[in-house]
Amino acid sequence: MKKLIANREIEVNEEGYLVDFQQWDKEICECIADECNVVMSEKHWEVVEYLQDKHKSEEPLSIRGIKRSGVINIKEFYNLFPGGPLKVSTKIAGIPKPKSCI
Amino acid sequence: MKNLLILGAGTAGTMMANHLVKKLPTQDWKITIVDQYKTHYHQPGFLFLPFDIYTTKQVKKNGKKFIPKRVDYIQEKIDLIEPEQNQVKLENGELIAYDILIIATGTKIAPEEIEGMKGPKWQDNIFDFYTYEGAKALRNKLREWDGGKLVVHITEMPIKCPVAPLEFAFLADSFFKNKGMRDKVDITYVTPLSGAFTKPKATEALHHLLEEKSIKEVTDFNIERVDYENNKIIDYADVEVPYDLLVTVPTNMGDQLIERSGMGDDLNFVPTDKATLQTKAHENIFAIGDATNLPASKAGSVAHFEAEILTDNILRYIEGKPLKEEFDGHANCFVETGNGKALLIDFNYTQEPVEGTFPFPGVGPLKLLKESRSNHMGKMAFRWVYWNMLIKGIHIPFVSATMSEKGKKLEQVN
Repeated sequence: MKKLIANREIEVNEEGYLVDFQQWDKEICECIADECNVVMSEKHWEVVEYLQDKHKSEEPLSIRGIKRSGVINIKEFYNLFPGGPLKVSTKIAGIPKPKSCI
Repeated sequence: MKNLLILGAGTAGTMMANHLVKKLPTQDWKITIVDQYKTHYHQPGFLFLPFDIYTTKQVKKNGKKFIPKRVDYIQEKIDLIEPEQNQVKLENGELIAYDILIIATGTKIAPEEIEGMKGPKWQDNIFDFYTYEGAKALRNKLREWDGGKLVVHITEMPIKCPVAPLEFAFLADSFFKNKGMRDKVDITYVTPLSGAFTKPKATEALHHLLEEKSIKEVTDFNIERVDYENNKIIDYADVEVPYDLLVTVPTNMGDQLIERSGMGDDLNFVPTDKATLQTKAHENIFAIGDATNLPASKAGSVAHFEAEILTDNILRYIEGKPLKEEFDGHANCFVETGNGKALLIDFNYTQEPVEGTFPFPGVGPLKLLKESRSNHMGKMAFRWVYWNMLIKGIHIPFVSATMSEKGKKLEQVN
């Protein structure tokens, strides 16, 4: 389905996650963040970059992975993205919601 | 003479030994299997042990009984895999060279990963039921427990048999009802997932059952620590769940051997091709069962389906043929729901558990995703099937290694 984000028509799934990462940019990112009640700080951007890198190299995302990321500890991660940090942060980063699979 | 070496004589390793002994010519191949333990446990039985449904004798047997005579069975701890030298070092210093290696070292619980879990209250009011010792200690506790808050908890995914903690909650409900003390027990199911199960369709059905049995759900709970002094678990978002009796499924990790050998991921699982079961790093090393990092359930049924495909692929590898990319993640699990009923789920990498009949399209007799008495009978019959057919590598009639789509109301997973 299409959704108007930053005055552009963006393709998203029913949960609001971007379908095409090509449509993601900083402006889109800030608008999605705003919807999630997150104001982007330098640390937020760092995490978003980390998540996108992992996604590109097809490495699964998990809370455990965050612990070993060297970018952020889990407590901070929860503080930066309240209410389910992996779900919220991946939405903001424009990548699919992680499947905690199996 | 060439050597095929299997590490681990659990469900997957034992099945592979039984399959390969029939396929590899005696004059060309020597098959060796190594495991440090004497006992072969029927792990699905650990679910029933705490409730006195199974006895300790029903869940363990001498492992040697299940290894074919032609296979060299070494009972020794494995120290290291040295893939560059194509050899495995045992703890006693002995070296075993191999032409083909199969890793079947499974997964273990790692309660020490969470602060306070394996502390002074471990097996006092904090228990696991994923080990023989844990399940037995919990049985003794439940025999005497006079009620209070029971919390059934999953630490993090992936875990072996992801439905087991749910089944535990369902069986606990029945157990306390039968004891006439259900009103004294408050059951809460705590999971890091957003719902009762990993697949949405089954989650719906299971959520309904939890409600029906007055079992509370706490979802999206990522545990940070166990406060064993105040009897509560605390997650990273500072949500607290108090307990009187905590039954947890600790972090599941691959064997430390994998870490020592530098062959695993973050959780010591071996990166493996999900369709061929060849490891990603070495073409003459294959992995099967819980030891792999496959995005499939860690379950005996999965290992069983994998074993049929891996046997084919090992023969193909020996003949220099391309490997079959055939494994589809097929899992088939009975979910015990208490009161002598169970439901059955059948799914793979891409297909969610759905409603329908199994194994005969339109006939059954087993119903998918629906509670029934015959599903429960199926689950109970499985212990016999396990000891007498499954680990001996005897094909189970009508159940194929890849998932059948017949007789099912299918929906694609995205």
